[in-house]
This record gives sequence, C-alpha cells and structure tokens, in this order.
Amino acid sequence: MFSSKKLVLLSLVFTAFSFTTFAQDDLFAELEKNAPKKNDYSFATFKSTRLINGSSIECLGEGVLDFRISHRFGQLSQGMENFFGMDNAVTKLSLDYGINRWLMIGIGHSAFNKEDDGSLKIKFLRQRNNGGMPITLTYFANASIETMPAPSLPVATQTWLFSNRLFYTHQVLIARKFNDKLSLQLMPTVVHYNLVDSTKFSNNTIAMGVGGRIKLTKRAAITAEYYYRLTNTGLLVYGSPTYNAFSLGFEVETGGHVFQLMISNSQGLTERTFIGQTTDSWPKNQLHFGFNISRVFTIVKPKGYVENKDEKKAW
Amino acid sequence: MKKLVLTASLLAVCIPGVFAQKYMTRTGKVIFDATTKKSPEKIDGKNNEVASMLNAETGELVFQVLVKSFKFEKQLMEEHFNENYMESDKFPKSDFKGKIANSKDVNFSKDGIYNTTVAGKLTIHGATNDVSVPGTITVSGNKIKLAAKFAVKLADYKITVPSLVEDKVAKEASIILDAELTQK
Repeated sequence: MFSSKKLVLLSLVFTAFSFTTFAQDDLFAELEKNAPKKNDYSFATFKSTRLINGSSIECLGEGVLDFRISHRFGQLSQGMENFFGMDNAVTKLSLDYGINRWLMIGIGHSAFNKEDDGSLKIKFLRQRNNGGMPITLTYFANASIETMPAPSLPVATQTWLFSNRLFYTHQVLIARKFNDKLSLQLMPTVVHYNLVDSTKFSNNTIAMGVGGRIKLTKRAAITAEYYYRLTNTGLLVYGSPTYNAFSLGFEVETGGHVFQLMISNSQGLTERTFIGQTTDSWPKNQLHFGFNISRVFTIVKPKGYVENKDEKKAW
Repeated sequence: MKKLVLTASLLAVCIPGVFAQKYMTRTGKVIFDATTKKSPEKIDGKNNEVASMLNAETGELVFQVLVKSFKFEKQLMEEHFNENYMESDKFPKSDFKGKIANSKDVNFSKDGIYNTTVAGKLTIHGATNDVSVPGTITVSGNKIKLAAKFAVKLADYKITVPSLVEDKVAKEASIILDAELTQK
C-alpha cells in the first residue's frame, strides 16, 4: 500500500500535471465551452424569388428591390414563319420589395390577358443546419385583375361584372436545401377563379407543385417545376382544354443579375394562368422558350452594417 | 498530515487562478476589405462577434470567427460571400491559433501600449497557413485591446475568384482586427 505521504505527493504531482495540461489546453476548447448557441440557418436554397414560373421560398433581403423582366415567346413549333415563336412574345414586368427578412411585397403587369397583380410573401419557418427545423416554409398569396376590354355579350342588357376579372392564388411553399447542389420544393396551391367558362367547372383549382434545382457550378444550375392539378382538370379556357404546366430551366448568376432561361408549355406568367389555365401541352409539342432577368437594388442598407470610416482610418 | 493535504488542495485550487491569467471576448471586431480600383462597389464586410482568448502567462492567443456573421452593405454580396467564396456551409469557422512572439515584453499588469508580433496558424476556408502579424496590445486595468492590420492572399486559402470579376476583387484582402478582451 502507498504511504499517505506518497499519496499526497502523488496527488500533488497529478494535480500539478493536470493543471499544466489545463493551462496548455486548447484555448479553443475553453472558448467553445460557454459559447452561446447560434442558429445556423441555411441560405440560398434557390437563386431567386422565382423558381421558373412560380415562386420559390426565397424572400428578398431587407430593403432590397428586385426588378424583373420576364419573356415568354410563342410556340417553338411555329418554325421560321414566326421565327420559332420569337415574334409572339409575352412580357411581364414586376417589382418586388423586401420589407424585412420574412416579408416581401410585389406588383406586376403581364401582357398575357393584360393582367395586373399584387403579391405577398411571408417566410414562416427557416431551415437550420445545426438541428431543429429541417425545412423552410413560406406562404405566397397573389391577387390579379384582367384589364382586357369587356367582351361583347349576347344580351345587350347584360353587363360584364368587375368581379369577373379577379383571380386569387394561395400557396404554401415548403423547401429543403439537401446540400449545396440539391434543393427541392413542394407547392400545395389553391387558385380561385371568380369566373370560369361554365357552371360545370369549379371556381377553385387545387394543385400540388413540385420543383427543384441542381447546381452545375457555383453560379449555374438547372431547374424544373411541375404543377399537377388535383381538381378541376377538365377546365376549359374559351373552349380549349387545359394541361398541367411543366417547365425546365437553366439559370446563371452574374453579380447582381440572375438570368433564367426556360422551356415550358405555359406562355402565361401569372399563377392563375400557368397553374390552372395552361392550354398548350408537351406531348403536342406546344412549347415556349422564355427567360427571366432579375436585377436587385439595395434601397435600405442592412442594420448589421453601419459604415464607419474611422474604423478603417485608425490604420 | 491533514494540514498538508489541505494546503495541497488549497494550492491546487489557487494555481489556475494565479497562473492562468486569461482574457477573453466574444464581441471582437474583424473587417475585411477586398475592394480594388476597378470594383464597381465596395467589397467589405464586418463581423462584430469575434471570439478571442489570450493566456497572458504563455502568450497563447486564439481567435474564432463565424463566417456567416459577416455583415455586408448588400445582402446579395453577403450571400455570394457565403455561398461562392467562403463556402460557409462547408467551412463555417475561420480561426487563428498562435503566440505573442515577445510576450515577455508585455507587462499585463501595467497600463500602456505595447508593440507586438503574433505568429501562428490562420485557417480560412479550410486552408491553414503560417502567418506572422504585427500589432499592438493596449493594457488598461483588467482590459486589453488587441489591434492589427494585415493582408491575406485569397489564393493561399483556396478562395477562387471567377475570371469574369478577376480584376474587380482584390487578390489580397486587407483584414482589420480590433478586439477588447476582459480578464476572466
């Protein structure tokens, strides 16, 4: 057995040893020990606030204005006669603004049906990398008004009601960034048409959208978007049958611009058209080439960044 | 015998208090600037959440920076910084571990400004390099202020700049460090 003297000596040596190791111990470990836990939110799930035709979960940053020009050309199959559809372009101009990190508002005008729209986007949940929330969830709402001249009605005493021109869309966008290459999104959607072709049809179309992107390089990606209608698939638009919209895209980012090129069977650019009233179809080779150009401007500088020239002058 | 044990254990308790004179902060500041003459806009970011710890006895010094905590004037630049340049999902932290080369010349119990050189390993974007950085230590009471300005070559840390904007982003970013550490 150890004598008690030896024991004390041993414990002294031991404690001294343990303290030397402690003193030399990683200062990092000590820093980490009481480090406040920070939420590590994932970012840049998608490049832009629009996936292709429809919205992505992304909102603009606080004080950021996004000016967007979207073009959808006529059918590619029109051939040389119409320069592969280039002669029949539809344009949409839109402005979106980020009020804060989770609230975005927007207005737009589309030449297709001469439609004006206003939209609202609210980010409710943010995906976290360090445990917790696995998805980002955003609510998107859009109301639009068709401004075409009223059609001539068969009975002279009938009037074309203003409410006939209104459409509403609600979407819950759920996305996950799986890694730096792959992001996927689900978009349960309800579109309400104040007026449909016939009483046979419902005024509401319920659809489930799926979409995603695969990044090819740091700044280029391929994207896809499909809206599958669960109800109201027999909806006719001025007598034409309607199809589910499928779009394939390629996007490239350069500085403050995002360019999105796509091929889609929808020429319409508002939610109510591409989700529920797409009258062209892939099997019939009725495809449209198109592009979106987005340019962002910082209107209000973010809070965390305060310019202070003295900080740099000190040196 | 009991007394001896008591003294020994007392001593053991006191040792870290005496020897490990440590200073720390979690609110240090790092600014980086990669603006060139050809840059169409300022390329700089600011981080006010830099953690640092100094062992005054050994002169050991560490810094730790969460890359995502850098704030930018433009939100898009912040996104590009994180996504394309620093790849902060893959490399969430940048850090430095080193030693004050002339720590014996710094009297941490006497107020004053001391010129120093700190040498050690700087890790950014998953790449580690040996660096030696001149700076100042300002001692005032139980607080010490560390200040330094140095340059990092992006290529040394495998941070690639696309050829399209090659002349618009500085090949060497200047780093300004400013941290006030309080005795623990």
